[in-house]
Amino acid sequence: MESGVQSPEKVKPKTLLPKFGPGAGAGEIPKKPEGPIEPSMSDPSGERAAPPRRVSNPSELAKGLVPSIIDIDEPAALDVQGLDLWYGTMQALHQITLVIPEHRVTAFIGPSGCGKSTLLRSFNRMNDLVDNVRITGSVLLDGKNVFDPDIDVNMLRRRIGMVFQKSNPFPKSIFENVAYGLQVEGRTRKSELHDIVVRSLQRVGLWDEVKDRLDRSALDLSGGQQQRLCIARAIAVEPEIVLMDEPCSALDPIATSKVEELIEELKHDFTIVIVTHNMQQAARVSDYTAFLWLGRVVEYDQTQTIFTNPSQQLTEDYITGRFG
Amino acid sequence: METHLHREVSQLKGRILELGAMVENSLRKAVLSVTQRNPELAKEVIDGDGDIDAMEVDIEEDCLQILALYQPVASDLRFIVAVLKLNNDLERIGDLAVNIAQRAEALAAEVPREMPYDFQGMADKVQQMVKGSLDALVNLDADLARKVHRSDAEIDALHRDVYRRVYEGIDHNPRDARFLIPVLTIARHLERIADHATNIAEDVIYTVEGKIRRHQL
Repeated sequence: MESGVQSPEKVKPKTLLPKFGPGAGAGEIPKKPEGPIEPSMSDPSGERAAPPRRVSNPSELAKGLVPSIIDIDEPAALDVQGLDLWYGTMQALHQITLVIPEHRVTAFIGPSGCGKSTLLRSFNRMNDLVDNVRITGSVLLDGKNVFDPDIDVNMLRRRIGMVFQKSNPFPKSIFENVAYGLQVEGRTRKSELHDIVVRSLQRVGLWDEVKDRLDRSALDLSGGQQQRLCIARAIAVEPEIVLMDEPCSALDPIATSKVEELIEELKHDFTIVIVTHNMQQAARVSDYTAFLWLGRVVEYDQTQTIFTNPSQQLTEDYITGRFG
Repeated sequence: METHLHREVSQLKGRILELGAMVENSLRKAVLSVTQRNPELAKEVIDGDGDIDAMEVDIEEDCLQILALYQPVASDLRFIVAVLKLNNDLERIGDLAVNIAQRAEALAAEVPREMPYDFQGMADKVQQMVKGSLDALVNLDADLARKVHRSDAEIDALHRDVYRRVYEGIDHNPRDARFLIPVLTIARHLERIADHATNIAEDVIYTVEGKIRRHQL
């Protein structure tokens, strides 16, 4: 469209003192020479009709994609380098390289099957439980690759805890659920267990709700309470990192809100990595967000940047719902 | 895949452009009411302002509804935030067109005289800025928005020139103040309209580029 503004050199020469008075016009409104002033909306062929919205073709956009990965200038809790993962012959992760910063909430978003849960489960080797998994590359925890053969997987999972999509309390009492990990570690002193159980339940905001029924079955709790109990169980052993795989997808909005508030609190003591389908949740709770697509990290940046001004068209199209 | 949100955003875009067209039309009539000494045209501008005000409120409500219901992000969020702001700028341009029309009514009652400056030239440039800012919005054209932004300095210079001429005119003949003060006021209104067009251009740049460039251009 022709520029609507004339540059100074193109401005027509000034007429000296234009007519101002009875001879200046005859009441009729003349059209401006550059075209109709009333553009528009009533006339679909008008020059100012809004152009149609673009709907993206992700396959086209992905051609020649160069991922945007932020260089995080913070201490790393995990350093993922060139991670590839295959389920049998199907490659689920491609050359994932990113840093998970300490004491921050990092969210993984992306469509179903993009590899975000697979990536999350790689961090504490939960994928070891799946047949035919092959992994190359590294995930460094304190400089040590978690895939090294001499890694004690139980110790690894103590340092990197996990909360699952569906709350999974053991069919035991509330107290025993939280104390379970400690007992497995061989810590059996009652007063120590009691103190840690109380502190863990307080940290997840569940203490006031259950303090009078610690010996009751955890299965009697509501869904939201059960999920917070699972978080209490995960943090009771003082892991460094807590992985959360869609922790709120089975919860109602109030329970979801409590878990989200909890995540904000927990990041002061733990590093949190969360997989979520709910983009608003990622926007609310996380400091950094990675967008994955077809097993690749398309963009990794501060959450505020991802949700206000992402640098990749593919990210923009996914978060604004223009995939099609 | 056309979503509810995208339908709402498309409708919002249509409405803000409709408001833009109403404001442009009002400004054009206000300028003509001055050059043609036409109080009927001035009255049309004054009477039409209620429609502009009502539409501004409707558009603001639409924006708030979209924000509340759809929690838009990225370019959708930037567009809606920009519309919220430039909606107000358009309404203010409408008010300033009314102010010009009111001065035109007053001048039409006076003995016809020549303007002491190129009123038509200044008004054309200001109208071009408003048009350019709206074209930039429709086409999400940051380059055009920058052109609009640059034009503002020219309008400021013209306004200073008008001020100097009016000052000298009153100094020369104090009895001309009755004519020259409304003339200066009209120039001031045009200058303020250019400022609002500049604001709209800045909002367009934010929508396109995601960076707030206000006070930096």
